[in-house]
Amino acid sequence: MNISWYIVLSALLFTIGAIGILVRRSPMVILLCLELMLNAGNLALVAFSREVGNAQGQVFALVVMVIAACEVVVGLGLIVAIFRRKLPLDVDDLRELRG
Amino acid sequence: MEAVLFFLAAIGATAGAIGVVALRNPFYAVLALIAHLFSLAVLFLLLTSAFVAAAQVVVYAGAVMVLYVFVVAYVGSDHEPLLDPVPGQRLFTGLLAFFLFVEISAAVLSSALKALGTHGPDVPAGFGDPAAIGTLLLEKFLVPFEASSILLLIAAVGAIVLAGRKRQQAGGGAVSSGHSAPKARPEGAAPPPVPPSHPVGAPK
Repeated sequence: MNISWYIVLSALLFTIGAIGILVRRSPMVILLCLELMLNAGNLALVAFSREVGNAQGQVFALVVMVIAACEVVVGLGLIVAIFRRKLPLDVDDLRELRG
Repeated sequence: MEAVLFFLAAIGATAGAIGVVALRNPFYAVLALIAHLFSLAVLFLLLTSAFVAAAQVVVYAGAVMVLYVFVVAYVGSDHEPLLDPVPGQRLFTGLLAFFLFVEISAAVLSSALKALGTHGPDVPAGFGDPAAIGTLLLEKFLVPFEASSILLLIAAVGAIVLAGRKRQQAGGGAVSSGHSAPKARPEGAAPPPVPPSHPVGAPK
């Protein structure tokens, strides 16, 4: 398969993730859509790494996975904190930083 | 064979992504994301990056998704309203997404990258296996490797501080104290003098 197919698929997945972030209102689903976008970036990185025949891009993809794990952990911690304070889990209602 | 596998995995990944966006129950969205991640692992294998595929399945679909499932089960899945309060939001989102897709694809495909239309160069047999990635991580990318470990530690501590239960010293009861607690304190750092009472009358 040509590398172009992977790149176009990566763009498609990134776009679907962006749609989800714009449309959904539950913070948890927004985190899931963020994962979609990060994974699309990972796919592009690995595809480019295959294109130049150099494995360093895969190390980049692994670092992106680490960042995604950190983001998930902190984001889910925030969601649990929001839930404990009996605030609505809706990004339209959560407009103020002052809980 | 490779093309068939690619299209199967691509269809699976796209269907999983659409499922994440479209399914209303967060449980089902998490399951769709797991399907998406497995399809992506197949794509990584097709790109001869075995270690990234294994890490994808073990770390993402294994560990991170279990965290998601726990939090969804804890928070509960209340369904979002079907109608969006912002009029025309779906239409504008669709337009924006279409243009974003066209723009990314055009930007990459019309670039001067010569090898985009090829399979990529022939690589040796050990390309992207754990030995090669490990050698790269521990020799060339040692500093980013250590920095990412410190980042993971900071994120873990931050999650404990954020989500840890805060208790009133004089309040009496384990109800979360709102924003009046001055310091975030992880659970178990200072055991309160009052016995923890369950606010919703959980069975003893």
